[in-house]
Amino acid sequence: MSLLHTLEHPTDARVWRGNLPLYHRYTAGIAGEKFLRALKDEGKLFGAKCPRCGYVYVPARLYCERDAAHLDDTTWMPVGPEGELVSFTAVYVDLDGHRLEKPQWVGLVRLDGASSVTMHYLGEVKPEALRVGMRVRVVLKPTNERVGSIKDIAYFKPI
Amino acid sequence: MGLRRVAVVGAGMTKFVRRAQETGRELAWEAVSKALESCEMTLDQIDCVVMGTAPDAFDGVHMKSEWLADGAGAWGKPYMRGYVGGGTGVFAPAQGWYHVASGLFDTCLVVCEEKMSPTQPHPQAAFNSIFDNITERPLGPNLLWIFAIEMNAYMNRYGLKKEDIALVSVKNKRNAADHPASLLGDPNITVQDVLNSEVLAWPVQRLDVSPVTDGAVAIVLAADSVARRVTPKPIWIEGIGWCLDTAYWTNRDLSYPTYVEEAARRAYAMAGIKEPRKEIHIAEPYDPFDYKELHHLEGLMLFDKGQAPEATALGITQRNGDLPVCPSGGLLGVGNPIAAAGLMKIAELFWQLRGEAGKRQVPGNPRRGVAQAWGDLMQVGTVVVMGK
Amino acid sequence: MEHLVYPTRGLSEQAFEKHEVLFETWHVKAEYAWDTGVAIGKYLDALKNGRLIGRRCFKCKRVMVPPRMFCEQCFRPTDEWVYVQDTGIVKTFSLCYVRWDMVRLKEPEIPAVIDLDGASKGMGILHKLGEVDPKAVKVGMRVQAVWKPAAERTGSITDIAYFKPIQ
Repeated sequence: MSLLHTLEHPTDARVWRGNLPLYHRYTAGIAGEKFLRALKDEGKLFGAKCPRCGYVYVPARLYCERDAAHLDDTTWMPVGPEGELVSFTAVYVDLDGHRLEKPQWVGLVRLDGASSVTMHYLGEVKPEALRVGMRVRVVLKPTNERVGSIKDIAYFKPI
Repeated sequence: MGLRRVAVVGAGMTKFVRRAQETGRELAWEAVSKALESCEMTLDQIDCVVMGTAPDAFDGVHMKSEWLADGAGAWGKPYMRGYVGGGTGVFAPAQGWYHVASGLFDTCLVVCEEKMSPTQPHPQAAFNSIFDNITERPLGPNLLWIFAIEMNAYMNRYGLKKEDIALVSVKNKRNAADHPASLLGDPNITVQDVLNSEVLAWPVQRLDVSPVTDGAVAIVLAADSVARRVTPKPIWIEGIGWCLDTAYWTNRDLSYPTYVEEAARRAYAMAGIKEPRKEIHIAEPYDPFDYKELHHLEGLMLFDKGQAPEATALGITQRNGDLPVCPSGGLLGVGNPIAAAGLMKIAELFWQLRGEAGKRQVPGNPRRGVAQAWGDLMQVGTVVVMGK
Repeated sequence: MEHLVYPTRGLSEQAFEKHEVLFETWHVKAEYAWDTGVAIGKYLDALKNGRLIGRRCFKCKRVMVPPRMFCEQCFRPTDEWVYVQDTGIVKTFSLCYVRWDMVRLKEPEIPAVIDLDGASKGMGILHKLGEVDPKAVKVGMRVQAVWKPAAERTGSITDIAYFKPIQ
């Protein structure tokens, strides 16, 4: 006897709806707290350089993932405010698939001094002039608008 | 069986806290850094990593094992996650065991992490999706229902009173006062304190339950010849077993965990154990609720059905008793970060069998221990036997 | 082994309320439309009609409620529909004073596992008890489903409002 059944009437198909009534509260973490406070209060971007392998992580982290070394305060160093555009794209639809009014420009930036790349918005973009490898500069929100979030960076702009 | 012998050669952990400032990845790294420090190994000496972490819904990151990978030391390495709910912490070392026993890898880092505190409005809410979406969730259930219903079934079958069961909570929370990582250790707690605590879902009261916790634990496994170079006191994994029962939880005999017995039989057979009660010197069964320690001790065949409460009352399961149970303080005392809790028990056996458990040390030179965890929809039993 | 315990930083709830630490809040927008499948579809239909239906496996002879199109023990398709009664016995129960989000309730909810007459022994379904003094609930009690009026039934397990003791 086959387990496959066919329905005679489409209205016989039954659907049950539900959702997951949860939300989450994420801490910034030990490193994240320091990084974001420096961004908020001083307008500075920090990386952390691993004393063993030399890799510079931006945003600065608590540990090096390559050799599990502890990246303590002495390993933190300023990076940027300029950097290299490693890649970019224009996003035309939102999370639910609806068309955006204007495309959202997003880029991967390797800040001067960093080994890792950071993703963020691109602003003041002239699409025809965008090139992989071009120089960009961070644009911060004004001090009184910064809250200790990665969005205290407004965007990166081509220079 | 033609497989290599595998030993635990190092262990480390975070403190178990109610709300960690650390991100989940940072928690994983903290445990890993202590585990590597404990046996003076470096990350490049680790061949592969096994991660145990329970519902993504807690940390609130989809595919969280991948996200945790860099904190778990898995960058550029073979990496695999195991997830059997609360059973994970004892299943992960079993997974690590076969990575090494098979001959595929010489060393394996086993990491278990859980950060429950991000879940709002309360971590309990994440457990709601455990219930059948159509036939149970409309009733508005919560996880406490299942535990309370199971506890009631156990009490009813053997005519137990709350006092009989509260003794476990008292023992474990007192034991935990000597555990440096513990969240709820209390050297002065009494049975009356437990009986006076808030009724959550009768017969479950607040002090019958282990706390919501954030934490991580890591251990290092090594094959025979490598283990002996790393440490003069390797602790061998002698047997592993795991078993799953039906997800139709209302169909089960809730007064006895058959799936734990099945897993234990496999682990004991592998370890060559014929009389567990005599040959096991320390037991670390999973104790998210006090009655579960009793339930699981019977499933582990360390006491006959219905006899674990009396053994507890007689003091047999105290640290200086005939069969110490949860000398660590268990989940009730140390805390319950879901996956990390089971691995905490494995780490405890490691330290106990090496004589390094400090104030928690079980006297008499114990040579063999069993750790057990449980979870999923209350349906998985995972068992590991360790010895020296 | 004290030195092998990392000094993890624990925070109080206040630290969040007072914004002493930085944090982000994120709402999961996950909504689901589950196909009920044949067995549960029929179960819900029967509930709307004021009946409880199960499925029988000829091999192990179990009558399963809720119904299943395959027997998970014999690992074969099940064989026939069987209506079961809306009376049964309380196998076990609890008195729950907290909600799913840990908010305290004044009057306890009484979840119970109920063995229905006509289903296999030990089959058990989850439901709630009502019209009963919490102190009077006993394992082994005989209970009877209290159905919502036909016009209010939607094809859900809650078409049974609760089970009450049979006097």
